[in-house]
Amino acid sequence: MSELLTQPFLISLLFGAVTAGVPLLLAGLGEQISEKAGVLNIGIEGMMLFGAYTGFVAAYYSGSFWMGFLAGGLGGMLVASVVVLLCIRQGLNQIVIGIALTIGAEGLTALLHFFQFSKTYPRLDKAPVLEIPGLASIPVIGPALFSHNIVVYLAVGLVVFLGWLFRASYVGLNLEAAGAKPAALDAAGISVVATRSMAVLSTGFLAGLGGAYLANVGAGLFVPFMTHGAGFIGIVLAMLARGRPVWVLLGAILFGVSLAMTTALQVAGVNVPTDVVQMLPFAMVMLVLVIFARHSVLPPALGLPYVRGDR
Amino acid sequence: MSIDALPLTQDRTRELLAAIARVAVPILLALAVGGAILLILGKNPLTYYGYVVQRGLLSWGGFQETMTRMAPLLLIAAGLIVAFRAGIWNLGGDGQYLLAAVVTAALAPALIETLPRGLTLLICMIASVAVAAAWSLIPALLKARYGINEIITSLMMSFLGTSFANVLVKLFFRDPATTVPQTRSLEVVDRLPRIFGTNVHSGILIALAVVILVHLMMTRTAFGLRLQIVGANPAAAVHAGLKVGWLTVATFALSAGLIGLAGSVEILGVWGTVRADWNPAYGLLVVPLVFLARFNGIAVIGFALFFSVLMIGGESASRRIGVPQDFVLMLVGLLLVFLALVEYLDHLRRKRAGV
Repeated sequence: MSELLTQPFLISLLFGAVTAGVPLLLAGLGEQISEKAGVLNIGIEGMMLFGAYTGFVAAYYSGSFWMGFLAGGLGGMLVASVVVLLCIRQGLNQIVIGIALTIGAEGLTALLHFFQFSKTYPRLDKAPVLEIPGLASIPVIGPALFSHNIVVYLAVGLVVFLGWLFRASYVGLNLEAAGAKPAALDAAGISVVATRSMAVLSTGFLAGLGGAYLANVGAGLFVPFMTHGAGFIGIVLAMLARGRPVWVLLGAILFGVSLAMTTALQVAGVNVPTDVVQMLPFAMVMLVLVIFARHSVLPPALGLPYVRGDR
Repeated sequence: MSIDALPLTQDRTRELLAAIARVAVPILLALAVGGAILLILGKNPLTYYGYVVQRGLLSWGGFQETMTRMAPLLLIAAGLIVAFRAGIWNLGGDGQYLLAAVVTAALAPALIETLPRGLTLLICMIASVAVAAAWSLIPALLKARYGINEIITSLMMSFLGTSFANVLVKLFFRDPATTVPQTRSLEVVDRLPRIFGTNVHSGILIALAVVILVHLMMTRTAFGLRLQIVGANPAAAVHAGLKVGWLTVATFALSAGLIGLAGSVEILGVWGTVRADWNPAYGLLVVPLVFLARFNGIAVIGFALFFSVLMIGGESASRRIGVPQDFVLMLVGLLLVFLALVEYLDHLRRKRAGV
């Protein structure tokens, strides 16, 4: 066991955990915003996958990672706008539309990828890295935690920002009211539909950004179906975090570590079948759910369309 | 009386037309939008759709494949109908299906050495049903005890199950004689018997019987009625003295068991073995099918035929015309969106009409 804890192993594990955890973090935070506002965003998997595709294509043709991230976020928002139009504005079943968007995005991205690249998977250059001066030169921790793409720091900054937003701003209160008692928000003269729409579009942007990060930084390429349930894990993170962004971060780290195990173990020369390792994050989710099942809390009006005057 | 009777019959015709429109409009819209996307991608949609119908329905070989494909679709649909009618979202179909398939593929070649064919097939099916049902136990219990959203938990178990099925194939039941990891193969003569000299195996008959039985169970028995009450209004079900927790677990087990039966029948009828990384991913694909049929076990047969034609024709078209099979997946997503939309418009129409 002691030879496992070598420097390369630790660096690879931590670095990999951050890289794998950031898409989950972005998806989890995004889903948290939606759930706060009372929207169960099952389609987040589709938003992420579509963001991964648009993000990759934009980065591939423009050569700019910034364009890629922007396009990824907008791609996610595009899918989210379907949820806004159909579920928030018209009150269609959020679960049915969510499943439809996920299936549809899977099919559409695979189709588009095929017609552009046939069966090849072109790679992007290595993503630019921002080394935090000073911190990046600490052994092990420096290269593992403080030399990442800028999106990583932005995502962590977002945790702090959302923590403040939820706790101490009117926007946060409105979100919470939209999920807990939409009629009260309506009575206060604030549109439930507008609040929820903003929430879902934000979710779409964050999920799409997470997808773009997954494709452009994490993998360096786009493969159809590549999100492989990351969006759904984001839903679990949001569910267990009870409305607190910090818990989403902790959960994302936990699942990031279990995702990073494969490569880290390979670096250490331990050959574990990939299928066994692929089970880890999902097994972890189930384990956490079984242990903390009683503590997961969802807003009372979650998944219900708001109709004024309707009881 | 005669004055009242006239508008009633008119209403009835209108209702019938509306019912047909509710099904036909989403299908046509999905095909149209899908066709537009094909057009943008530089393929002729009419050629594609024409080829799909020609290949999946009108050619004898293709039609036999279509009938064969209907078996797993129908059995999964039966499983989903049970769950959806009880208001439970069992979206873990892929994991349940694959694990059941692996159990059958592992058992069948070993059992056939000592047991007669009929008994082997039966034991495989029962074991697969049991394993799939067991795989649904955690989401079911979490839902029953703590009200944890079963959509997420069943999906998680599904990802877990697909990977676990691969582990089983590669590490435990691998046939040492093959280079590509797969289980030992069940000889063609030992598989489910074919029907009257065709290539269609008898799994389709099992599937038809099961889906009709499920329909009768849900609509004609006390158990089915209880499930429907739980689905329609869980709070009312508790007040009515129903054991909602127990019914939730039973529904999940039954739903997963039927999906498991689909996996078992597919192996016993078509493949005889499970190859590593094989995952047809029917779990979510069948969801729109069941919605189209409005959870009706008889109507679902027709839609299963439609889906089957689409899939078989689509698979063939992906080889011949160069439109990948993913197109069908996108079509299904579109179908589900339009279905929900049309349903909603219909709901508005009724509301306005004051019905």
